[in-house]
This record gives sequence, structure tokens and C-alpha cells, in this order.
Amino acid sequence: MYKYDAYDHALVRERIEEFRDQVARRLDGRLTEDQFKPLRLMNGVYLQLHAYMLRVAIPYGTLNGPQLRTLAHIARRYDRGYGHFTTRTNIQFNWPALVDVPDILDHLAKVEMHAIQTSGNCIRNVTADPFAGAAADEIEDSRPWAEIIRQWSTFHPEFTFLPRKFKIAVNGARDDRAGIRVHDIGLQIVKNEAGETGFEVWVGGGQGRTPRLAQKIRDFLEPRDLLSYLTAILRVYNQHGRRDNLYKARIKILVEALGAEEFGRQTEEEWADIREGELELPAAEIARIRAFFDRPSVSKAQPVPVSGKPGFAGWLRRNRRAHQVEGLSSVVISLKPVGGTPGDITDDQLDIVADLAERYGFDEARATPDQNLVLPHVRNEDLETVWDALVAAGLATANAGLATDIVSCPGLDYCSLANARSIPIAQAISSLVEAEGLAEPVGDVTIKIDGCINACGHHHVAHIGVLGVDKRGEEFYQITLGGAFGNDASIGGIVGKGLAGEDVPGAIVRVLKTYLEIRDENERFIDTLRRVGADAFKESIYVAA
Amino acid sequence: MKAITANRLTDGRVIYRTAEGQWSSRLDEAEHLDGDAAEARLAQAEAEFGIAVGPYLIDIEDERPGGQKWRREAIRLTGPTTGSTREPA
Ligand code: HEM
Ligand code: SF4
Repeated sequence: MYKYDAYDHALVRERIEEFRDQVARRLDGRLTEDQFKPLRLMNGVYLQLHAYMLRVAIPYGTLNGPQLRTLAHIARRYDRGYGHFTTRTNIQFNWPALVDVPDILDHLAKVEMHAIQTSGNCIRNVTADPFAGAAADEIEDSRPWAEIIRQWSTFHPEFTFLPRKFKIAVNGARDDRAGIRVHDIGLQIVKNEAGETGFEVWVGGGQGRTPRLAQKIRDFLEPRDLLSYLTAILRVYNQHGRRDNLYKARIKILVEALGAEEFGRQTEEEWADIREGELELPAAEIARIRAFFDRPSVSKAQPVPVSGKPGFAGWLRRNRRAHQVEGLSSVVISLKPVGGTPGDITDDQLDIVADLAERYGFDEARATPDQNLVLPHVRNEDLETVWDALVAAGLATANAGLATDIVSCPGLDYCSLANARSIPIAQAISSLVEAEGLAEPVGDVTIKIDGCINACGHHHVAHIGVLGVDKRGEEFYQITLGGAFGNDASIGGIVGKGLAGEDVPGAIVRVLKTYLEIRDENERFIDTLRRVGADAFKESIYVAA
Repeated sequence: MKAITANRLTDGRVIYRTAEGQWSSRLDEAEHLDGDAAEARLAQAEAEFGIAVGPYLIDIEDERPGGQKWRREAIRLTGPTTGSTREPA
């Protein structure tokens, strides 16, 4: 894991002291809310329906034991005993008092965490594959690149006031688990014919009101050119992005207006001027950053256990992932208990994950874009011990990737922008799917729910998406079908008129049953849907409604 | 009828404005206002400094949040409906 140097520490300290002073000036009236709001947002503090909300950055989703323990402490001492992991692999606290935030930031700084650049029109937390450095299908570890981008983009004076917020993803495996096609810039690590690694560069992806998939503008970028090329893209965007219209300000709109080819041409032109300059990454610097991300090794590799207590095998089947090192496995810690709040975790559970990471996980855990956690490196002989501890903590739900592993934004239960609730819909769907015994038979399917079109819960790229809308004071839900996140990314289409909340779980269960009836052998839900088209499911949605 | 609501500056909690110009976390202590009086009181609340952030008017029907935003305001009043929030330690 990356370690702060003296410069990082000093910067974060400075920012906290500055914010402590700003909070004090807000509380005694020297700052108005209008003056204070942009300052608090720059430090990750939002004002939601019931309280302030603090968004803490988890750089590319990577956490260690002391960090998890600090999050537990914050949840316990300053919140109501829980935190909420988000699709952007950050954690949000829903109840901190403003007066406590500087102290909370102090606690975070001690473990090299902060809330800077979690809001505002800057370059946000970089997304990486949660299995980076572990996945068996990896071409190259994406974390060093995510860290290089983090260092370059943090407090970058030229890119602090972009037309709109900006999100970058780096994926180093064959399977895209970072979502490169739904980010403003997506970097896919590839190997060229000579066997050297570099990046495919994708631009213009995004969700929200106008969901767009990123387009490829370069097939191969040499690693040393990464920062100069990113700079060129951002300069083109900074110059031509629509600052006049909030809804048209994202890079996706610019890329669409210019066309990916023209956007790429302008980027290359800009790049020609700067590529040989100071932004070129020296090999020594790349090596220095890489050295922070050691691959764990095992002396005597043991096989994955084939027997064990009841429930253990099912959990392994669903939640274990193959590791690149023989003798190790990665495991998903599901934050989706049936009927629970997706992504929520209690203080005690955070402590337990910290223990497990430290004792059995080479001191590493990850947050995933599906609002789950991962222990990326567990020795095969420790898997059952880890599972036992997770069972005791209520964290062993064996549903990674199933219909009960639902992604949901906070929605109208917390969010001031929401049109409708989303968490209770997720709870009701997962309960009904479980009661009907459908999760295992259906297998891999993604269900994602949003309380408004901002799409924080990624409903556009869910196989089954649910979007809350408000119709004259009543909650309604539009169902979308056919979205996907990853290599086969696609944007789902709205199936028809909105449903009342109580009709949503039944409709989704009928869609899943229809799939079971019409699927071909070995077809996943999304394969069947693509083969037969969304219309084939329409009737099952509206039959009883 | 209308009432004035806001979030408390120090901790963001939901508050309502009383007839005495104080702030309470209870809706049943809120002053009920009509028409121009509501606008005038809101302007007053906006001009004050200290306790409330972002005061605005909400509809009240039968002593409860009403109008098109009733659910949002009901959730603000009674908390998330997710059943999983714990009270402070
Ligand atoms: C509760 C406070 C939140 C607020 C006020 C908020 C606000 C927004 C807004 C305004 C957008 C649309 C931006 C645009 O299209 O330019 C957005 C998009 C997004 N937010 Fe949130 N959000 C919140 C919580 C969350 C949470 C909890 C998550 C993760 C679960 C999240 C992840 C995202 C993602 C992934 C997008 C889509 C980015 C894209 O357009 O590509 N946000 N959010
Ligand atoms: S999708 Fe809308 S309702 Fe949900 S968290 Fe984002 S802004 Fe709030």
C-alpha cells in the first residue's frame, strides 16, 4: 500500500487546520452559508436531509487494518454506529455534527485518509479493479497507476475548477471491474505485440441524466506518457467543456458533440506540445511507486478446501475469486444481507474486517463498486477461519453477484436531491427473491436502484435498473433492462410506465422467473435478455400491475 | 398552512421555527403560517444568523407534512424508513 511522504502529511494537516478555522468562522457568524458551502464541499461535507454527510475518500478502494479501525471509531464515536460504502468505493457517514468534522478529519489523517476532492468540479477519487494485484486474470496491477494519477491530480491547480466533476478509472485485468466505459476517462491496461504494457484510452463515459459509454481514442499509450496524455485530454475539455450549462458540462457531452475522432485529434494535437516535457514519467518514478504495491507470497501453497462446515462450500462458490498467486484466494465480504441496507456496515463489523485483514489478509481490504468489501489476499488454509468470523459478524452472506446483491443509492431516506426512496425497494426485492428461492437458480444478474436520475447507484448499467421518480408527490419506479457494467458495457432502456413501489419487487421476481423459463443452457440472465430482447420481459413486468 | 423548517447549523438536524422565533426539533411546536405572513416570517428567519441553515416553507395538512413534498418532509421529520439506523451511543 502507498505510504504518505512528509509532503502528503503536511498538505493534509494544513487542509484540516484551514477547515477547522473555517468551521469556527461559520459557527460564530463570520462566514455565511453561501460562503461556507463551497469550503465544506471541498472537504467532503454535504448537508443532507437529516444531517451533514461526510464523504471519505478511499483511494482506489484500498484499505488497511488501521484505516478500517479508524472508520469504525468514527462510526461509533461521531455517527450512529454505521457507515455506508458507495459505488465510488468511498465511505459516507450520515450523521456527523459539523462541529466534530475537524476532529474526525484529524483521526483520518493519522491513518493517511482524508475527504479532499470528494466533491466539486475536480478530479475525484480514481477507481480501480477491487481485485487489483490479486486477480488471476490480471495483465498488470492497476494500483500504481491509480496512485500516480492520485498524486498528480490532488490539488492540481489547473484542474481544480473544471467545467464539471471528473472521474478516472484504471483497469488492469481482462475483465473490466473498474468500469472504464462509464468514467470520464477509462484506462485499460493492455499488452502490445512486443509484449509491453500500455493503456487503451477511453473518454466520455458517464451516467446521470445523459448516460453515455466512453469511446476509445487511443489503442496504445506508453506508460511514460500517461500524465502528459491525461493533461492533454483535460486541457481540451477545460477549453471547450460547456461551463454555461450544468447539464451539458460533463466531458461526455463534449465528446459526443465533437465526435470521439475529433476529440482524439484535438487531444493528440495538444499532446504533441507537451509529451516530451516535464510530465514524462521517468522509469525510476514508476518503479518507486510500484514498490509500494508488493504482491504477497506464500511459502507452502495449500489448495482451496473442498469440504467444511455447512454453508462454507456455498460461500466459497459464490464469494471466492481465483488469485494470481498459488495458495491464495480473494474473497468478497457481502454488505448485502437479505433485507438489509446495501453498503451499510456497523462499527463492530468494521473492526472485525480490520482484524481479518490484519491477521489473515496481508493487511489489505478493498471497497468495490458493488458496495461490497474484498479481502484480496487470503491463504487457502485460512479461508474457513475467515468465513467463521464473518458468519459470527453477519458478514458471510453468500450472494456476490446474485439477485440479492443489489446496489442502491441512499435515495430519499437520506439524500436531499432524491425523488424517491431506493433502499427500501432494495430491501423488499432482496427479501422477495430470497423468499422465492430464486437467487441461486438465477445466478449472475445485476440489480441497481437510484432515487433520481443522477444515477449514483448505476441503474443505467444494471441488467435490471430501477429509477425512482416523483409524480405529484407519489413515488414511482421506472424499470430499465439490458444495461451492463464492464467489458460488455451497455445502457439499459426504460421498459414502460413507472410502477408503484410495492409493485416493483413482484415485477422483478417475474422477470427473473421468465428468464428461468426461456433461457438456453448456460445462458446468463444478460445473455438471454440480449438474445430475446427486453420486450420479451415486458409482459412479466406489467402483468399484475 | 405552512411552517418553516431548516437544518441546525451545528449538527445539521431538522428543526422547525416556533411562534416565539425559536427553533424546535418538534413539528408540533412549529408556528403555523399563512400567505404573506409565511413569506414575511421566512424572510425574517433567512436574515437571522446563528441556529438555522437554509430555512424554507413546507406545507402542513392535519398537523403533518402535506403537499407534493409530503414524503420528503415526513422522512425528514421521523428519520430514514430503512429500519437500520441506530441511535447515537
Ligand atoms: C447523498 C449525497 C449525494 C449527492 C448530493 C450526490 C450528487 C450527485 C450528482 C448531482 C450527480 C450527477 C452529476 C452529473 O451528472 O454531473 C451524481 C452522480 C453520481 N454519484 Fe452521487 N450523490 C450523492 C451520493 C452518492 C452516493 C452514495 C454514491 C455511491 C453509491 C454516489 C456516486 C455517484 C456516481 C457513481 C455518479 C455518476 C457519475 C457519472 O455521472 O458518471 N453518489 N451524484
Ligand atoms: S441518485 Fe439521486 S437520490 Fe440517489 S444518491 Fe444520487 S443524487 Fe441522491
